[in-house]
Amino acid sequence: MVILVPLALGLGLLGLLAFLWSLKNGQFDDLEGAAWRAILDDEPLAENEPVERRTSR
Amino acid sequence: MQATRDFSHYVTDLGAGLQHIDLAVEGVNCAGCMSKIERGLSAMPDVTLARVNLTNRRVALEWKEGTLDPSNFIDRLAELGYKAYPFHAANAETVEAEQSRFLLRCLGVAAFATMNVMMLSVPVWSGNVSDMLPEQRDFFHWLSALIALPAAAYAGRPFFLSAYRALRARGVNMDVPISIGVLLALGMSLVETANHAEHAYFDAAIMLLTFLLVGRYLDQSMRRKTRAVAGNLAALKAETATKFIGGSEIAEVPVAAIDPGDIVLLRPGERCAVDGTVIDGRSEVDQSLITGETVYARAQSGTAVYAGTLNISGTLRIRVRAASNGTLLSEISRLLDNALQARSRYIRLADRASRLYAPLVHVTALLTVLGWVLLGAGWHDAIVAGVAVLIITCPCALGLAIPTVQTVASGAMFRAGVLLNSADAIERVADVDHIIFDKTGTLTLPDLEVVNAAGVPEFVLRRAGELALASNHPAAGAVARAANAKTPLVGASEEPGQGVRGEVGGVEVRLGRPGFCDAEQLAAECATTDGEASLVAFSFGDRKHVFCVRQALRADARTVISELKKRNITFEILSGDREGAVGAVARALGVERWRAGVTPADKIARIEELKRDGYKAMMVGDGLNDAPSLAAAHVSMSPISAAHLSQATADLVFLGKPLAPVITAIDFSRKASHLMRQNLWLAVAYNLFAVPIAIGGLVTPLIAAVAMSGSSLLVMLNALRGRRIADGGMSWK
Repeated sequence: MVILVPLALGLGLLGLLAFLWSLKNGQFDDLEGAAWRAILDDEPLAENEPVERRTSR
Repeated sequence: MQATRDFSHYVTDLGAGLQHIDLAVEGVNCAGCMSKIERGLSAMPDVTLARVNLTNRRVALEWKEGTLDPSNFIDRLAELGYKAYPFHAANAETVEAEQSRFLLRCLGVAAFATMNVMMLSVPVWSGNVSDMLPEQRDFFHWLSALIALPAAAYAGRPFFLSAYRALRARGVNMDVPISIGVLLALGMSLVETANHAEHAYFDAAIMLLTFLLVGRYLDQSMRRKTRAVAGNLAALKAETATKFIGGSEIAEVPVAAIDPGDIVLLRPGERCAVDGTVIDGRSEVDQSLITGETVYARAQSGTAVYAGTLNISGTLRIRVRAASNGTLLSEISRLLDNALQARSRYIRLADRASRLYAPLVHVTALLTVLGWVLLGAGWHDAIVAGVAVLIITCPCALGLAIPTVQTVASGAMFRAGVLLNSADAIERVADVDHIIFDKTGTLTLPDLEVVNAAGVPEFVLRRAGELALASNHPAAGAVARAANAKTPLVGASEEPGQGVRGEVGGVEVRLGRPGFCDAEQLAAECATTDGEASLVAFSFGDRKHVFCVRQALRADARTVISELKKRNITFEILSGDREGAVGAVARALGVERWRAGVTPADKIARIEELKRDGYKAMMVGDGLNDAPSLAAAHVSMSPISAAHLSQATADLVFLGKPLAPVITAIDFSRKASHLMRQNLWLAVAYNLFAVPIAIGGLVTPLIAAVAMSGSSLLVMLNALRGRRIADGGMSWK
């Protein structure tokens, strides 16, 4: 119990932190677009720039 | 004089040599468009980021400062087949985006806490009926408290703050019983845990917050989407003005970048984007968007013009009095202020329900406590039973009953081309039993149309259309649209105030005033059949034709009127236009009650009169002169082509050419209002069932959890029925 309970809560907390991070990162700004992006072909968008960049202000 | 386009107003500097701009793009509605645009723009050198937002229909662009200019991107998008326009997020939109993120953060925290508290509660429930040690139970309860208390303090803020505001204003809203319920549940659970009791309600309290936050978030995101699309449409209307820089140089700049005192150029066929005074030039102007009057007015040095004025014949120079958001006709703004003040008296259904509900619930809880004490139970047990009543009645279903229906209905209306400006518009539209239509731009289409195109031979019409493309005159535009012309005639020249002329295969062609084309006699004949139309003559060698150009009725206006009759809604026309023009429309539509030459003050007087007679009147209008009456009416609607102020004042805005959205809005709202009431009754029925159990002191946390989630799901599922309106309504498209 001493190990399992903190472990379970810790994992849940990790999930929450991941959610808050992705929200702050602007990943929930365009849910419709994100749904489609998953099934698009992966082609390089621009040679001169990594794609993953913050879009929001 | 070719003006350069200057979009620097919209560009933000990100530092480190990077620049950023947001573009609203028309026609982005699938994943294919998304990758096409992103690839197309990313292929340009120096572009560091091109990302489409499919929800908002916008593109965010970043590039290295230097060679590129925003107009390059717009041209590139035009090559790809998309019309784009720079975009500046309105203040209200930024606030809503922030609010929506806040709700989502709260929801995330609440959902995390619910799941983890549930994980701890289930062992307690099963342990209580088997062999759990009291120490183990206490440990689980304390752990639950450790999770639930901070989570509720964080995620409950939207409710606590709103309840606090309501109480400070000496009112009650739905958030008051919610907050009291949650706080009492948490407080009692804490005390019970400290007393090593068998039951604690941390799970119920935090689950309640989660459910309610789902409802809040859905509500908010639907409104945000509507607002974003409305913002795009405003940007796509391309509000620019041609401004003089220095003495003779001109540039096309966004209206927001124009200051009072600037001088702008207004060419024939352009709509004025500013208020100002003519300082040079002579022309006729169409003021119908401001006054409803369709007869052209004369403009010369000293004439005042307002944003929305359409310039017809000559080029004007205008000194700007106030740019986009400044003075108006002082009369209109005064009337509008009065009307807006009177408007806030409407009380929403949710608030009416909570005004009844909150005292009832709190009295029941109090009576439960007193009842148990009188029956000889201890104070502790009596209070536990009383709090249990509050927990079980905590309006989970009631709090979801209305927002879920609103979300579903506004989504359905959104897809049908109706945007909601205010949250309670649905409830108010559902009450409507009388409609006041404005004529110009509402019952009729805002653009001119050729009404007798069918009687003109195909090849003549085509020639006329090609010649018409060479002119900026609005009537010529109508001819070009009727002919579906794409390529202008080469070598055509315009004679100001007369018409255009050109040559086809050595034969002279002319389009313009009847006198310009030697067609006065033919024109006189046409004038007798249709007194309201303006006439455009066309001569092709010896052949002569006269086009009747007028504002045509919206194609489905007649159907809409007959549908209104079916729904027992009465209607009338109030217009600022002349008697003849209004009468013709009224007769064509079979509307018996109409008045012409009505001033904004008259319109308000009429609305007040209807109010006194007990009517719930909806105003449908687009002009600047309609803005005060749009605010004064029970509820109001504007086409998207309306003047800014009217659009901002109206509760609903509809897109496209048909008038049918008026009926759609009424049908969806009536259905939604019906479902809201049904949901409220469902919530009441649930309480009738659950409250006796709570009064009896028999509620365990398990029962509370099942009852709450069960009733919430029921209400949500019922709300989903609002997506469709019953058959027998009008069929669209």
